[in-house]
Amino acid sequence: MIIHTPDPVLEVHDLTVSYARKPVLWGIDFTLPAGCIAGIIGPNGAGKSTLLKAIMGLIPPSSGHVKLFDRPLAEVRPRVSYVPQRESVDWDFPVSVLDVVLMGRYGKVGLLRNTGAKDRAIAMDCLDHVGMSAFAKRQISQLSGGQQQRVFLARALAQEADVYLMDEPFAGVDAATEQAIVTLLRNMAAAGKTIVVVHHDLQSAQTYFDWIVLLNMHLVAAGPTAQVFTNALIQQAYGGRLSLLSKVGDVLEKREFPSRER
Amino acid sequence: MDQLFDFLSLSDPNVRYVVLGNILLATSAAMVGSFILLQKKALVGDAVSHAVLPGICAAFLFSGSKNTGAMLAGAFVTGWLALAAIDYITARSKIKKDAAIGLVLSVFFGAGMVMMTAIQQSGNAAQSGLDHFLFGKAATLVGTDLLVFGLLAATLLVVVGLFFKAFTLVAFDRPYAESLGYPVRKLDLLLTSLTVLAVVTGITAVGVVLMAAMLITPAAAARYWTDNIRRMVGIAVAFGGFAGLAGAYISFSAPSMPTGPWMVVVSSVIAFASFFLAPRKGIVAKGYTQRKNRRIIAEENTLKLFYHLGEQHDRFDGLRSLPELTQARDMDETQLRPALRRLVGKHLLACQADRWRLTDEGIRRAKRVVRLHRLWELYLTQHMNIAADHVHDDAETIEHILTPELERELEHQLGYPDRDPHNTEIPK
Repeated sequence: MIIHTPDPVLEVHDLTVSYARKPVLWGIDFTLPAGCIAGIIGPNGAGKSTLLKAIMGLIPPSSGHVKLFDRPLAEVRPRVSYVPQRESVDWDFPVSVLDVVLMGRYGKVGLLRNTGAKDRAIAMDCLDHVGMSAFAKRQISQLSGGQQQRVFLARALAQEADVYLMDEPFAGVDAATEQAIVTLLRNMAAAGKTIVVVHHDLQSAQTYFDWIVLLNMHLVAAGPTAQVFTNALIQQAYGGRLSLLSKVGDVLEKREFPSRER
Repeated sequence: MDQLFDFLSLSDPNVRYVVLGNILLATSAAMVGSFILLQKKALVGDAVSHAVLPGICAAFLFSGSKNTGAMLAGAFVTGWLALAAIDYITARSKIKKDAAIGLVLSVFFGAGMVMMTAIQQSGNAAQSGLDHFLFGKAATLVGTDLLVFGLLAATLLVVVGLFFKAFTLVAFDRPYAESLGYPVRKLDLLLTSLTVLAVVTGITAVGVVLMAAMLITPAAAARYWTDNIRRMVGIAVAFGGFAGLAGAYISFSAPSMPTGPWMVVVSSVIAFASFFLAPRKGIVAKGYTQRKNRRIIAEENTLKLFYHLGEQHDRFDGLRSLPELTQARDMDETQLRPALRRLVGKHLLACQADRWRLTDEGIRRAKRVVRLHRLWELYLTQHMNIAADHVHDDAETIEHILTPELERELEHQLGYPDRDPHNTEIPK
């Protein structure tokens, strides 16, 4: 079941993504309305993070396209913020918490100019929003998992974007941080921001998200939580391995076939 | 001493060239090297520096003389080719990056050595001194060279300075940099070119074999002293500059000495010193912390021992002999004796004719350790569902590190208990 929205902020159109010719996402097609908190839900290896990276243009799609605000990403990049998985960086890197949050301003100041006093003020304000202003001068290796995630969120906030794409922000964080993040996301959504979150906990999904994208290599369902988050559809996403789909993918990889003829 | 003074006064123009040249090349290499290190590409630097040798030889074969400009150009070309080859092999074959680096390094360096041997045996009179490019000879630097190297080094410093922010971002979080629209691939290309340039700048003075060390060692040493990237690059530059100066001095006082190896030796000494002596991260500081911890454990265990004996005899300030103590707890004498001595020194124990007893303060401290031990045991059984006969070992460690705040919190959560899981009293 795929429920489209008339005036979408994010439109993913017939997107196929492959790693080394092996498709990991097949023909994904959905839309998201403005001001929603959307959860991308699916089992391990469903391609949730891949979908986010493809939307951000970090992995080139084999076919299909993505539009944000009805435009290609390159034209609206300042309005889009990406929060990578916390584990994707080396937390022993010699920078302070404030340095990391200031990176959120790098897109605004451009390649060669340095961040100024105004950027610092914004960064401090964002740290305050996630309850981390006391840690501004700390070196990042001294942070706990939950604190690292808060810093990543502050960095995203510093971008002052309209769409936020977050990869597993709830993974490995303490309960207090999880609640703080949920509250923060709700406030952001209330202010008209659109938030897309990769999530794997079915239990909390229902309460956290008002739009759900159920994924398992292909799109199982997308739409408002009440209509899409049904037992039957969850079963379809989680139950039964899609062995045929992965077998076809293996054949494409082995014979070095393109996933589209042209 | 006179020699050192002569050297430092820079009155001899030759000395001036060598010193300036060395410092310029070492500082610019250290600056670029910091980012290579942070991007975890140290081995790539090594491959590049070896790969410039065939370029130098090819340039000599073409021009027939040791023209500095031509050689630098040749070095730049093959250094670049090597990096392109590593990327191509990694992307297009099943060979992994480390193997590709090793492969490219040995193939390019091998080719360079073959060419150099061929040139040396060709009887060309102009070839003498070409082998200096292997290990470097700062004394061969002359005024015109210095101008070239000075320009290269200045370019490096300016470009790295300009892209400092971008390089930091890419090194820390590449996907995020890409998501901000930063030209990540172009920045990679730029850092690669800067690496080749830094190597090329260094080859006359340091030589191709050891140039990688001048890229990486100062940065690796600097990482030990700070957690701030700006300071780290600054310290790396200072270390590199010092190594350059020292190398110049050595080749000034002993002209037959190759400069490159000496610069590398000096910067390695700095790196080893940092490795051992740096505050917090150094081996010595870590060893000191470990020793301190072991002492605390031994002392507190000894106090506890007295307390346990006190519980048995219902008298906490009774005198205990050494055999009595060693019997009561599995603690050997070599550990116990110094602990007893230190505790006497701290007035927690009093010693009378080879027998010891707890002082009042000693009783208080012993009581606290025992208390923490039993509180923790209780916490593990009540809140962690661990069986009562499994909690002792864990509590043995935790009793030494619980702070007064944690102690209060623990008591509060347990509801101010009187008895531990083994039904022994928890002292107040």
